Amino acid sequence: MTNNTQNGFFKLTKFEFTAIAIIMISPLLFSWSMYFQGLLIIVMLWIILGLSWNLMAGYTGQVSFGHAAFFGIGAYAAALPYFHWRISPWWGLITGPIVAVAFGYFLGKLVFKLKGPYFALGTLASGEILRIIFGEEELITNGHNGIFYMTTWTSKLPYFYIAAALAIFSILIIRKIIQSKLGFYFLSIREDQDAAEALGIDTVKYKNLSLAISAAMAGVAGAFYMIYMGFIDPEVVFALHNISIITILVGIIGGVGTIWGPAVGAIVMIFIQELFRSSLFGLGPEWLSRLHSLVFGALVVLIILYMAGGIVGDWPIIANKIKSWKNKTEGQS
Amino acid sequence: MSILEIDGLTKHFGGLTAVDHVSFEVQEGEILGLIGPNGSGKTTLFNLINSFYTVSSGKIIFNKQDITHLKTNEIAKAGIGRTFQVVKPLKRLSVEDNVMAGAFARENSFSGAREVAHEVLKFCHLDDYSQMKADSLPIGGRKRLEIAKALATRPSLLLLDETAAGLNPTEVVEAIQIMKNIRDELGITIIIVEHIMKVIMTISDRILAIAHGSTIAEGKPEIVAQDPAVIQAYLGSEFNIGDHFNA
Ligand SMILES: Nc1ncnc2c1ncn2[C@@H]1O[C@H](COP(=O)(O)OP(=O)(O)O)[C@@H](O)[C@H]1O
Ligand SMILES: [Mg+2]
Repeated sequence: MTNNTQNGFFKLTKFEFTAIAIIMISPLLFSWSMYFQGLLIIVMLWIILGLSWNLMAGYTGQVSFGHAAFFGIGAYAAALPYFHWRISPWWGLITGPIVAVAFGYFLGKLVFKLKGPYFALGTLASGEILRIIFGEEELITNGHNGIFYMTTWTSKLPYFYIAAALAIFSILIIRKIIQSKLGFYFLSIREDQDAAEALGIDTVKYKNLSLAISAAMAGVAGAFYMIYMGFIDPEVVFALHNISIITILVGIIGGVGTIWGPAVGAIVMIFIQELFRSSLFGLGPEWLSRLHSLVFGALVVLIILYMAGGIVGDWPIIANKIKSWKNKTEGQS
Repeated sequence: MSILEIDGLTKHFGGLTAVDHVSFEVQEGEILGLIGPNGSGKTTLFNLINSFYTVSSGKIIFNKQDITHLKTNEIAKAGIGRTFQVVKPLKRLSVEDNVMAGAFARENSFSGAREVAHEVLKFCHLDDYSQMKADSLPIGGRKRLEIAKALATRPSLLLLDETAAGLNPTEVVEAIQIMKNIRDELGITIIIVEHIMKVIMTISDRILAIAHGSTIAEGKPEIVAQDPAVIQAYLGSEFNIGDHFNA
């Protein structure tokens, strides 16, 4: 993508305005189903996680396989003060990102020394190590018993609008970053670190900044997860597959290095996941529910082979195909 | 006044001494040509000046400041720009975005950086290509993009590493003109490495010749071209330096 336009923070294009409007009314369209409203909240959560990963991996070229680390730390930042001192988990929306950034700072010191696959493995290990530590240190974390909390509301709507506000705010922040010096520096680092240094870009500093912003977003998502679900344990919030890997899939399916990619990726991913998990929403045979990992795998392979830019990144190509296909069918009729 | 002072600069790669006690000065506003056979240490010298390699021993003084141990990005911000012999475009970004990335070294605002980029693109005859992706540029354009990116950082000293190599004769003439304009119109001091003798001889005020990492001659182009040590260094290589100077 090229950055030759700059928008004000709240100045939306027609597409962005429509997208945000649809997000805002979506839970009302599903007012008949708590289940679907719950899914929409999860979609918002995945949008934030996808944006977080995309900033670091898609825009700065530092491909993380351990975003569960930041997510889990954010979740425990909300949960632990409640567990020990009955401090409201809602404070986690502030402390979660702070603790995640602090952790990211030390992680950066370790993993930014690694290159390519070693960087990926280093980040992957960080999430796994936290999962094990938080499972073992029962006195501090309550270990595998996890932490419970009576959620604040039974209605889904307030949760949805808080999650949606966080997601939209995150999108606007990313958009602002990408159209500024910071974004140019991130992209330069992604394209060629040596060239970036020669242009006066402190690659160490800006990689850490990208990591910090990314960690903060994932930390917010984690804290919100605790607040909304009312239960966490290490296996859930530090999960390699269900958090770290799915985060990457959201980024890849939507489009690596695109502003709206994570939003599209989150919707597609949750839709497919639930479609199969619920055996086509209860309409299909039960064994379909066991296929969802397989379908994911197949989808990722197809995307990488035929749509490397993801849905948003390759949208011009997809739109063209649809157009020519439409013309063809119209010509026939 | 000298803008750059190199003092006893040395670089070892294991047992190989790629740059061996090289000392020289560059005057403000000067174009210094750096010549030497392949593998004589010219690119390594650039890599030492902008801290791509750590110096084994010796000192680099830029504008009275010791920059020997600064980081690459600090040296760029201090005012030394460079191009890479093997070009390093920011491949998936547009030509304009490449140059803007450089412009942010001195500009914080988006519009300020874009303005600088537009001036630089025009200066380097790249304005027609500004929306093209950098990796789809033809080789001549890529070489000029190297110069444009470096210029956008607003250097006071520019290191050009074989930016005319691989160009066709028309493009070479264009490149020479751009380099001259950089010094004459922008007042930027230049150290230029070039194998095409026509370029180096017409453009340089002074020439430094090195072989096997050591200085073998230094002075006016016509004097250096006739220096026995220089002719000796180039013996056996395809060209005779004297022929190229007369041509
Ligand atoms: N990173 C490196 N590691 C080991 N040897 C190197 C490295 N860079 C350059 N050299 C060696 O240093 C010598 C000078 O190379 P170079 O500076 O590229 O020459 P020139 O630019 O004059 O053609 C060569 O023998 C080259 O092989
Ligand atoms: Mg060289």
